[in-house]
Amino acid sequence: MANAPLVSKELDLSHDEILRYSRHLLMPEVGLAGQRKLKASSVLVIGTGGLGSPVALYLAAAGVGHLGLVDYDRVDFTNLQRQVIHGMGTVGLRKVDSARARLLDLNPDIRVETYDEPFTSENAMRLSAPYDLIVDGTDNFPTRYLVNDVCVLTHKPNVYGSIFRFEGQVSVFWADRGPCYRCLFPEPPPPGLVPSCAEGGVFGVLPGTIGTLQATEALKLLLGIGEPLIGKLLLFDALGLSFEELRLKKNPRCRICSAEPEIHELIDYEAFCGVPGHDHEDGHLAREWEVEPAALAAELKAGKAVRLLDVREPHELEISRLPGAQLIPLGSLASRLHELDSAEELVVFCKSGTRSARALELLAGAGYRKVRNLYGGINEWARQVDPSLPQY
Amino acid sequence: MITIRVPTPLRPYTGGAKEVEVSGETVTEALGDLVQHYPDLKRHLFDDAGALRAYVNVFLNDDDVRTLQGEATPLKPGDRLMIIPSIAGGAPTGWRREERQEPAPSARIRLGSVPTRPA
Repeated sequence: MANAPLVSKELDLSHDEILRYSRHLLMPEVGLAGQRKLKASSVLVIGTGGLGSPVALYLAAAGVGHLGLVDYDRVDFTNLQRQVIHGMGTVGLRKVDSARARLLDLNPDIRVETYDEPFTSENAMRLSAPYDLIVDGTDNFPTRYLVNDVCVLTHKPNVYGSIFRFEGQVSVFWADRGPCYRCLFPEPPPPGLVPSCAEGGVFGVLPGTIGTLQATEALKLLLGIGEPLIGKLLLFDALGLSFEELRLKKNPRCRICSAEPEIHELIDYEAFCGVPGHDHEDGHLAREWEVEPAALAAELKAGKAVRLLDVREPHELEISRLPGAQLIPLGSLASRLHELDSAEELVVFCKSGTRSARALELLAGAGYRKVRNLYGGINEWARQVDPSLPQY
Repeated sequence: MITIRVPTPLRPYTGGAKEVEVSGETVTEALGDLVQHYPDLKRHLFDDAGALRAYVNVFLNDDDVRTLQGEATPLKPGDRLMIIPSIAGGAPTGWRREERQEPAPSARIRLGSVPTRPA
């Protein structure tokens, strides 16, 4: 299939730009015409984190003339393990500002628009309207379905990348030419099945690999060269250093891109996924199921019999541990309930409270009544009670 | 034998195993054999009625079984099944409190099934 470039418009290059892009101009697949197309191209990058860092850096370096960055977060010290667009000098700043400064340092000839707001059903159409293509570098299911639906409804390609620990996925979802994200994933998994990177961890270089592949696909689409990953899902396993390519087909019953779609406009994606996509305050555990670290420390000091249940993974004990705590990783809790006594007072904890909330749900469902969740996990314990413990 | 590739998010339920050898003449039978060996995996693959969950993607060799004969797709020895997970990781734009130094709210998840604590 002839692969028409996404962008047909071209913009003139200055002498400086011709010099800057000389390694592109030497290749006939890009050449002067291709470089002029890139200058006239625009890409919206959703998320300036692990994936968005290499995506934005390489698109800027390659000379994509207009980049949009959407992120409402601020740069955190723990981001720097993988989010290489940011640095020590921008910790605490808005990510979009940090990223914009770095991109313009790399290439002052491009235009970078920043949107310091969450990508939502309300603003998605407006924010994406000026752009030729969208790169999905988010970390949550509601936003992924939103990005997909925006792209399907506006006929734009969605350059998809996703990571977990040592594994990554890449595809180009473009409903006009192949399957969309919903064709492959008609429904999101229930909340709690797939841990976030903060919880499950991520190999720092992995988003570099996957994001760079996304940038590769974006540039190919803009230029109209090569074979795009349309109708294919690329799986990458960093540990085995293996790539696998799976064939994807359009789902004839897809709710948004089939011949008779049910979805004609953007929906409530948080309700659809059963999770908050952004930093909402709802969904909290009722207070009576929680105990503050300081309060627990007081109970223990007063001699109250409380069993501490650590639901983290064994290797996390090397970072920090509470004396006397019993370890049962969340994944094996269901099959090891017999090791616990439901008559005992139980306090469950993990790193920061999410896995232990899930454990509490499981325990409560199994009839345990004297069970509480340690608010904020062992990291909060380190802050409130024992500063000798490191936080991670 | 059929080889099933277990994705990272589900490996905690297979004792860390990345690939598992099972037997079965259909996709249903192979997955049934898998969860027989790893009972903790069952609720992640099947609903209470025993049907494969809608978000579980199973590929036979390179093809989505939904484009073949679904769960009834016949298997032959040496076939490779892959369970393809939905993974969302990328940038910390959601669930983001955990990335920060401030305490995470204990439950970013819905806890609909937690019963009310008896008075």
